[in-house]
Amino acid sequence: MKKLLIGNEAVARGLYEGGVDLVSSYPGTPSTEITEFLSKYDDSEVKSEWAPNEKVALEVAFGASLAGGRAVCCMKHVGLNVAADPLFTLSYTGVSGGLVICVADDPAMHSSQNEQDSRHYAIAAKLPMLEPADSEESLQFAKAAFELSEQFDTPVLLRMCTRIAHSQSITQVGERVQREKKPYVKQAEKYVMMPGNAKKRHPVVEARMEALAEYAESCPFNRAEYTGDGKVGIITSGTCYQYVREALGDSVAVLKIGMPHPLPKKLIAEFASKVETLYVIEELDPVIETTVKAMGIPVIGKEKFSIIGEFSQNTIAAAFGKTVTAGVTADSVIPPRPPMMCAGCPHRGMYYTLAKNKVTVLGDIGCYTLGAVAPLCAVDSTLCMGASVSGVHGFNRVLEGASEGKTVAVIGDSTFMHSGVTGLINVAYNGSNSTVIILDNSITGMTGHQQNPTTGFNIKGDPALKVDLEALCRSIGINRVRVVDPYDLKACDTVLKEELAAKEPSVIISRRPCVLLKSVKAKPALTVNNDKCRSCRRCMTMGCPAISFKDGKAVVDATLCVGCGVCKQLCAFDALEGGDAE
Amino acid sequence: MSNTTSLMIVGVGGQGSLLASKLLGRLLTDEGYDVKVSEVHGMSQRGGSVVTYVRYGEKVYSPVIGEGEADFIVSFEKIEAARYTACLKEGGTVITNTQQIDPMPVITGAATYPASVLEELTAKGVKVTAVDALSLAKEAGSAKAVNIVLMGVLSKLLPIPAEKWLAAIENTVAPKFVEMNKRAFALGRGE
Repeated sequence: MKKLLIGNEAVARGLYEGGVDLVSSYPGTPSTEITEFLSKYDDSEVKSEWAPNEKVALEVAFGASLAGGRAVCCMKHVGLNVAADPLFTLSYTGVSGGLVICVADDPAMHSSQNEQDSRHYAIAAKLPMLEPADSEESLQFAKAAFELSEQFDTPVLLRMCTRIAHSQSITQVGERVQREKKPYVKQAEKYVMMPGNAKKRHPVVEARMEALAEYAESCPFNRAEYTGDGKVGIITSGTCYQYVREALGDSVAVLKIGMPHPLPKKLIAEFASKVETLYVIEELDPVIETTVKAMGIPVIGKEKFSIIGEFSQNTIAAAFGKTVTAGVTADSVIPPRPPMMCAGCPHRGMYYTLAKNKVTVLGDIGCYTLGAVAPLCAVDSTLCMGASVSGVHGFNRVLEGASEGKTVAVIGDSTFMHSGVTGLINVAYNGSNSTVIILDNSITGMTGHQQNPTTGFNIKGDPALKVDLEALCRSIGINRVRVVDPYDLKACDTVLKEELAAKEPSVIISRRPCVLLKSVKAKPALTVNNDKCRSCRRCMTMGCPAISFKDGKAVVDATLCVGCGVCKQLCAFDALEGGDAE
Repeated sequence: MSNTTSLMIVGVGGQGSLLASKLLGRLLTDEGYDVKVSEVHGMSQRGGSVVTYVRYGEKVYSPVIGEGEADFIVSFEKIEAARYTACLKEGGTVITNTQQIDPMPVITGAATYPASVLEELTAKGVKVTAVDALSLAKEAGSAKAVNIVLMGVLSKLLPIPAEKWLAAIENTVAPKFVEMNKRAFALGRGE
């Protein structure tokens, strides 16, 4: 049966058809939907779970593989940094049941903090990597990855990127393979990676890479297409293959790489010998190009195709001298429309309070990173998952009294579970006079509402044990744990001032569910009493998208307003009406 | 590929462009075309400018649309239509909702909203079909049906019979909203 599937659904289908027994992942755009689609299969076929972070997720998948099941772990590119520790040694242990790691890169950083290229991990950890170019290949490669994993006794990386993960194309759907789990046999010399055993495993890894390099030459996913007149040959992979064919049609020969590590060197040399001018077209780093150059083959690559951002068919067309005529544009300046916190977002009240008190804020990864944008401009740094909590400690250690009373860490509930809690242990253990604010909106927001250990539900929406954040913080040794409703500006201000003044570590839990949750019912929209509005614009300072100014008076957009009433607390003239507190 | 039709759906995150692209994907697949649809999730959905690409034809390679390539731009908001006209092919058509949604820089006063931008584009020879889709959607029964109103407008310009669109609506939206969306579609078609 043929279906129009997004790449991530096709990966999920391929993993299902390949006999996956267990998936454990942490959400991250653009990888999230793979696990969400897998969670739709019955537990009797596929056990699906959200883990608190990618390291835990990969270790769960390792255990499942060790037990003889087929396992998968999905993450975004930066998630693989978190899972890198088990990744590198999994290369030494190998697998029992097939083990696939799906990693989704984000060229152009649509929803990421950096543009790292995951292919370097395949090289560094000495693991095979597959890279599909559309949904059909996503399904086929994912399915084949389990076979490859078991055949070569290795974890297999499946590299996606935003344009493959979130593009739909027509996909042939098949049947699930029927497979018995491999029986568990204790093999300490293979799985206990202490020096004596690891020393014996390293040569096995090197031999495996040689065998994989040989396999790459005949791997059906690497394909030479000898179209064109032999003048131009292009080595490419993933979404760039589509751009090349779109821009240049059949006028050039193409070596399409479906397995970017290890590369098929003989196939590359043969292809290079059959064309006059050789190009490598790859997004991000010159990974294929470096290998081709090291083989002594002249090739044009990054001098013509940027190391930064995404390509398109126009990028390729322009590089080959084809004119691209842009459409007519207006002369008026079109104001940018950056993403922002939603109307009624519970984070806004806390950020307003922080900005008002001129607090230095070490931020973290999530929707609440948007507290950095105008007009609140309330965030001073955002690095990686958990860095707010660890960072604020380092900041205060150096500046001591000069920063301790006016600096906080801000982290979401899911990010706190991911890697904030270890930072908080460090705060307590090292006696830091730091304040950590947990923005608990009862969901993993930015990636599209996934459950996490603090929400009380599992991936299927069934009740699960719930981490008690207050008790957790206290058990770490934090004596001052306060809970505040971010819709209550006065309470936020009081609690913030008290905790900043305290001479010991403290945690403020700013608790209010995300307004986009179905369980959260919007209240009637507020209205502006024009007779009372004095045009002071104070309500505009918190950056709610539902409030604007028309003809010198505030106006509330009734289609956006959810009646949270935070603006009402700012108005000194009672001009905002409705939205009474619960 | 020259026989590929390229269509962009643009708007403000949260306006329902994903349903429109789902509907189009279904319709075009059922019509037997090769189809690619590309959308961006995550950060850009939080009230930011959002773009979905829909491409169909005999054989479609790229899922994205670059400058000078779009046959149609369907916009859910007035200035979002103008933001992407560089992508419009010569002779291409802009279909836009006339609704104005102020972006944050306008709300904060850092920028002004170019209210007459559609007239400006028309004066420059761009084919613009402007529709008060919000009013028509409300008339159909829900402000959220702006997406289907605009699909109704688009349907008049594509060589696919209305009954196929109606079947795709039935297969895409939740049963209890089918009648309302069919009304929205008809209003978009001017029926």
